[in-house]
Amino acid sequence: MDSKGSACSNPNPNPTFGPSKLMLAFRFLRALSIVHRTTPASSPTCRGRRIERAAYASMAYSAGTSRAWSRAVLRRLHHRARRRAVAPRRLSTTAGNRAEALRRLVPGGAGMDYCTLLEETADYTKCLSMQVELMQGIVDSASSNGR
Amino acid sequence: MSSRRSRISEEEINELISKLQSLLPETRRRGAGRASAAKLLQETCNYIRSLSREVDDLSDRLSALVETMDNNSAEAEIVRSLLRS
Repeated sequence: MDSKGSACSNPNPNPTFGPSKLMLAFRFLRALSIVHRTTPASSPTCRGRRIERAAYASMAYSAGTSRAWSRAVLRRLHHRARRRAVAPRRLSTTAGNRAEALRRLVPGGAGMDYCTLLEETADYTKCLSMQVELMQGIVDSASSNGR
Repeated sequence: MSSRRSRISEEEINELISKLQSLLPETRRRGAGRASAAKLLQETCNYIRSLSREVDDLSDRLSALVETMDNNSAEAEIVRSLLRS
């Protein structure tokens, strides 16, 4: 069986997981400045939530649409106004219910087969950790530069 | 949806699981790699949860800092450090 016959066929030819850190940084910083400009200073909580959404949005855009998790994140963000609690779809096959906790954590995880779930988890985890690293770096740099 | 279980080899699953293990930070890895798949998935869940909490927390901190932050110099600084690493 050659690797191409794998049920985990990945449309992304790039074997490494995760987008480039630079792309992520540019996207997120741009989103941050938009949030800054468009959110009144009087609502810091609102701003915090908008920044959080910007974090997930820039992660998802950087990952592109070849990933199921990024498509799920973007769908969720775009339908935010009409969002309601989504019960995870139960797969009818015996192989489909493994790793339920993971399925709830990875965007779009509910509908994936096990193999795809593992791949998507790896990519999502990598992107999430890069996003955290980026945000921490911005906080550190903003804190140390004084006023 | 037909079950694809028979076409997915255990080997491929194990490969993906060890890739997940390699993404965990040092402190979350169980020993030198013979942890069970279930344990690794659990650790991965814990890791994802903690990363999400960090995004939440850092978002709050950033919301306080954006006021004082000069976006251009922050950008320059980040880019410089990324190009260095």
